[in-house]
Amino acid sequence: MQNDSSRIAIAGNPNSGKTTAFNRYTGARQHVGNYPGITVEKKEGIAHLDGIEITLVDLPGTYSLTAYSLEEVVARRVLSEESPPPGAVIDVINSGVLERNLYLSVQLLELGMPLVLALNMMDEAKANGLNINVDRLAELTGLVCVPMVARKGEGLDDALRAAVELAKKTGGKVKPLEISYGTDVDLALKEMTPQIEEAKLLTANYPARWLAMKFLERDEEIVRRATEANPELSAKMQARGEALAAHLKSTLKTYPEAVIADYRYGWIHSILKNGVLKGADDIAPDDRVAFSDKVDSIVTQKVLGPLILFGILYLMYYVTIELGAIPNDWVANFFDWLSGVVGDVMSDGPLKSLITDGIIAGVGGVLGFVPLIMIMFLFISVLEDSGYMARVAYIMDRVFRFFGLHGASIMPFIISGGIAGGCAVPGVMATRTLRSPKERLATILTAPFMTCGAKIPVFLLFVSIFFDAHRPLVMFSITLCGWAAALLVSRLLRSTLIRGAATPFVMELPPYRYPTFSGVVIHTWERTWQYIKKAGTVILAISVLIWAAMTFPSPTPEDEVAFEEQRAAITSQQEAGTLTEEEVEAKNLDVDNDEQQLHLRHSVAGRLGTALETVTGPAGFNWQTNIALIGGIAAKEVVISTLGTAYALGSVDPEEDTSLADRIRNDPHWTVANAVSLMVFTLLYSPCFVTLMMIKQETARWRWLFFSLFFNLAFAMILSIIAYQLLK
Amino acid sequence: MSDISITTLRRLKKGQKAIIKNISADGEMGRRIRDMGLVPGIQIQCMGRAPLQDPVALRLLGFTLTLRNNEADFIDVQASGT
Repeated sequence: MQNDSSRIAIAGNPNSGKTTAFNRYTGARQHVGNYPGITVEKKEGIAHLDGIEITLVDLPGTYSLTAYSLEEVVARRVLSEESPPPGAVIDVINSGVLERNLYLSVQLLELGMPLVLALNMMDEAKANGLNINVDRLAELTGLVCVPMVARKGEGLDDALRAAVELAKKTGGKVKPLEISYGTDVDLALKEMTPQIEEAKLLTANYPARWLAMKFLERDEEIVRRATEANPELSAKMQARGEALAAHLKSTLKTYPEAVIADYRYGWIHSILKNGVLKGADDIAPDDRVAFSDKVDSIVTQKVLGPLILFGILYLMYYVTIELGAIPNDWVANFFDWLSGVVGDVMSDGPLKSLITDGIIAGVGGVLGFVPLIMIMFLFISVLEDSGYMARVAYIMDRVFRFFGLHGASIMPFIISGGIAGGCAVPGVMATRTLRSPKERLATILTAPFMTCGAKIPVFLLFVSIFFDAHRPLVMFSITLCGWAAALLVSRLLRSTLIRGAATPFVMELPPYRYPTFSGVVIHTWERTWQYIKKAGTVILAISVLIWAAMTFPSPTPEDEVAFEEQRAAITSQQEAGTLTEEEVEAKNLDVDNDEQQLHLRHSVAGRLGTALETVTGPAGFNWQTNIALIGGIAAKEVVISTLGTAYALGSVDPEEDTSLADRIRNDPHWTVANAVSLMVFTLLYSPCFVTLMMIKQETARWRWLFFSLFFNLAFAMILSIIAYQLLK
Repeated sequence: MSDISITTLRRLKKGQKAIIKNISADGEMGRRIRDMGLVPGIQIQCMGRAPLQDPVALRLLGFTLTLRNNEADFIDVQASGT
């Protein structure tokens, strides 16, 4: 495999400033995607240095390379198996937490990666009296060490230049670091390494001694893949590992992986002690940490903590709904105007109908919520980047554990719309940080109950019609209903389909920071763009599909003839002078409405919607509602636009510009009971297609996709029927 | 440095310092604990607890770590005064 000196990877712990460095290097020239087969985010960007273009690969932030999480597996694969592999790695280190950060560095070295140590946050470390002798560190480790302040852009070029030079010099691989892990482990490694080497077991990508160590560490991923490649030798290596484990257990009451970790820390410790780090023996919190402690003493306090938490969530919610409404109106007005202009220019017919009723109405309905979503994601980015999100998990864990979840489940829940306005697509994707498969699965399956941004238009519409005086309160209650459903269903799942014990919580509480402007903007833009892309592709296609389903097939010629006969009768009555001008107009309008009605009822969607009335009747849904909800399985965004289209297609008078809200308000069918029932159903029923696909992708099982589809439909139907029957 | 005794991490009071003596967790739990820098010989300080008394927050090696009480039970420490 040829390495590429213009391809550099950036590694580092979470909260080491790795993302800040990556953003600084690449600016907006980033490409975010997914690694094939797995679902960890793949971030690449282009940096410019001394006139050359360098591709930077942002590895997922990890504490280790032990395959504890998908992120770690991905990081390992990118470094060793991707083609072309990166020529060198910039390891971004939080200088204030040097010892723990170097634990990842040791593992990168064990893997044989050419490494540049970027000692980030050097300014803070210095200001707090932490004395790091960079030259001594370089001397003892044999690595290029570059002081860095990523936030201010200091040292970035130096680190990159060093990495490029290193890549050219080393060809992408160096001799793996071989440290002693104690007599017992070393002995085992010495026996195993030549055998692995001889059999060429995975050695095309990984150093033999490293592989031997993975057998001792009982690394599931490597053991599995080695077993696939060479079952015999793998069994033998595993047996050697078991022998060592038994020996260590009986003599030292410890485990091979614990011994290996101890020796890694020992190696780091001996270097730091050897003149690199001065005066850091005791726990001496720096200013930033001391400030964080003060904040935490209030923010995580028994009574104040939860109060502040809910206060912040409610504030976010309130500002988004109230402020977001203003640009929302602008966008909505623009699409109304556009629809009018196009309508005036084009002649009547299916094409005009397709463009105004299908495309403009559909896409306009979706893009109208972009401002709201941007404000929402801006908030979420600030909470994430400031470090508060970790406190939320810390405060909430005890509660979440009761429902069989993890404190970190709150993140996917919030992104999915736990704070209304999220989206279950990134929400389901955000569950990747959850290591525990069971808690993760429960989170994936219940996150779609949250009030995502696409459901909000439905709630906003009906709340503004039926509960206008209490808008924020009712909207907030809906969000709480989403939470209740998610938590209760999760508890149910964790005691039935996905039973099992809880998994480790162990998590860092990063010091509070002011989020950087560029970080927040890039983050917000990424997520908004995800939403817009969804609108531009899936939803446009679905809008057209739904329009077609509502337009075709046309009624039979006999039916058309009947309407023509009615019109002829009206005309002849008019000529006979038995009808006034107004009466003629009214009668003609009735005929037109009936004709449109027939058109829609005759269409695919109309027939399906009508057929479903017998099922959805007890929940108070009419056929228009049914059509809209069917469309909503495709994408929740189209519920309102489909409802709009359903009613707009029934109207023929283009001058009569009644909005959907007025139409529903004046329609005797719509009562509070119908509205509540529909809102309950919208909140809880099947996730949209994109989310369903994500569920399939994240769980790697079709069965969970179908479970989400059918379980949620049944669950929502039952609750809607109860709501309607109680309220009507 | 009064009141020296071996106890589990769960028993540490807010502000109390201690040295890690032994970690009895293996598998995933043990791996995660070690990845985060909790190894024998490290000095820690209990920073406080979440509103429902669980999880617990610790300071070690210059950063703050949080873990559940039932996870803290795997970790034996030698406690000193506050």
